[in-house]
Amino acid sequence: MMTRLIVENLTCRHGLLTAVRDVSFALRAGEVLCVIGANGAGKTTLMNAIAGTHRPVGGRIALDGVDVTAQPAFARVRSGIAMSPEGRRLFADMTVRENLLIAAENGRAGDWTLARVLQAFPQLRPLTDMPAGRLSGGQRQAAAIGRALLTNPVVLLLDEVSLGLSPAAVEGVYQSLAMIKEARTTTMVVVEQDLTRALGFADQVLCMAEGQTELQGMPGHLSREQITDAYFGIHDKELSDV
Amino acid sequence: MFDGVLQALLQGGLLGGYYAIIAAGLSLMVGVVRFINLAHGDMAVLGAMVTITLTEVGGVPVLWSIMIMLPAMALMGWVMHATLFQRAMRGGFLLPILVTIGLGAALQNGMFGLWGSNTRSLGASIGELSWASWILPGGIILGKLPVLIFVTAVVVIGALHLMLKKTKLGRAIRATASDPEAAEMCGVSSRQAHRAAAAIAVTLAALAGVFLAMRGQVTPYSGPAQLIFAFEAVVIGGIGSLGGTLIGGMVLGVSQSLGGLISPQGSLLAGHLVFVSVLIWRLSRDWARDHGGWRASLAISAIKLRRRLTGGAPAPDRAPSSKGAA
Ligand SMILES: Nc1ncnc2c1ncn2[C@@H]1O[C@H](COP(=O)(O)OP(=O)(O)OP(=O)(O)O)[C@@H](O)[C@H]1O
Ligand SMILES: [Mg+2]
Repeated sequence: MMTRLIVENLTCRHGLLTAVRDVSFALRAGEVLCVIGANGAGKTTLMNAIAGTHRPVGGRIALDGVDVTAQPAFARVRSGIAMSPEGRRLFADMTVRENLLIAAENGRAGDWTLARVLQAFPQLRPLTDMPAGRLSGGQRQAAAIGRALLTNPVVLLLDEVSLGLSPAAVEGVYQSLAMIKEARTTTMVVVEQDLTRALGFADQVLCMAEGQTELQGMPGHLSREQITDAYFGIHDKELSDV
Repeated sequence: MFDGVLQALLQGGLLGGYYAIIAAGLSLMVGVVRFINLAHGDMAVLGAMVTITLTEVGGVPVLWSIMIMLPAMALMGWVMHATLFQRAMRGGFLLPILVTIGLGAALQNGMFGLWGSNTRSLGASIGELSWASWILPGGIILGKLPVLIFVTAVVVIGALHLMLKKTKLGRAIRATASDPEAAEMCGVSSRQAHRAAAAIAVTLAALAGVFLAMRGQVTPYSGPAQLIFAFEAVVIGGIGSLGGTLIGGMVLGVSQSLGGLISPQGSLLAGHLVFVSVLIWRLSRDWARDHGGWRASLAISAIKLRRRLTGGAPAPDRAPSSKGAA
């Protein structure tokens, strides 16, 4: 199967601070990558760079073999990369339906319709005419993921999936995501703070610390210690023989 | 006396329609693009000059002149944003001000060069519409042109409201106004949305310019005064609210015509005074809200004043918040 998303030696800065340094990975269609790492590790910056809202200073991003590094964010959505951003970023004074419509109108054509999103996130059904600013955290997250899906992405980026949600809400979101994963058509990059969740859901994990890749691989091939060490940025002697 | 006041109220309210049209464009730019175009009034005058020229020199019927002029001005707004405003916006808050002041001066001098400094009007070209009126019971005179302008204002603002609410472009414009980056994440080009808003804003200015020239006279230097009226209507009605511009325009118009009853010079002054009063009321209301409501904020002021007068005894800096709910 062809490689869907390639990220190669990506480097991003905020002013003088290098927030992402030399990060690379490749994902096939339908594959799921979970990005883990402590606060400030550079996860959001990486996601923004892939989505096109942050200009990287080095490296390249390719979708289905086409270099999209120079494309602005809206053009990437039309190429098939969509993101549910950190903080959800819904249009607060517009209704949930309008939030979803905007994505549907300006994204790609495809299987995801308003009806199907409301089926995947039933909690949104009674809320469609409510201003998005009045939603609870969990409802907001559902609306933000639904909005990203309505652009019919081939690569779906989800930042902070479970942040601020109750265990039940997290479970609900992951059930919906599991349905999308089953279909094996949408490639996903998910930032998840909950290690157990991340390891359970991902085909690949990428652990970042201070902008660098500390550990990368398939969850089945990594030990829990390796992952926690990488998470806390503990370097040991074997690091050189990767 | 009573008839005079009624007449003034009516005329002022209708005049508000003109202010609302020119203010709607300014409000759209401020609310959506967060860009203040200080050449807005000069663009209104340019729209009037082009229409007058098409009609008088080209012999085109007035309505057709307007139909030709409006799309041309829309295109100019689009191009102006793409080439000039967009770049200026990247240069911090001062650059847009300098650029649009410069643009205004260039427009004024350009129009002076092309058309000279004579006053011009569309009044002669619209025949009896410029003076015809209805006489209402009680001897109240209702000019047909002011009514036409007011009705147009309501229709235009209503249409703009529907466009923003119900169409793809409207939703894209509102989304961009609320969070440009999030709009981009939905596939909306925020630049295109801004350019579309600029095109609409300039079209509205040009339409207002035509009405200005129908009601009276314009010169190449009429723009800045119109800009001030537009600003006043926007501020009175509330920034970023389209319905508000209609109300703001009418309040401004009514203040001016009531002021005109007091003395001929009172007209403009009354408008400015109402504008300043509304501005002060808005600011102090916001200040009060940030300090726990009117009662609490007044209590704070009283405590501070007493402390200054008595020169000392320390008083609590905050009023008890339980009393402060307003
Ligand atoms: N807009 C910004 N301006 C300046 N520095 C920034 C900005 N955004 C992030 N940073 C810095 O870049 C680094 C990486 O931030 P980033 O938001 O990517 O981390 P993160 O892994 O998403 O963290 P978290 O888990 O807290 O969301 C941090 O050191 C942060 O201080
Ligand atoms: Mg983050």
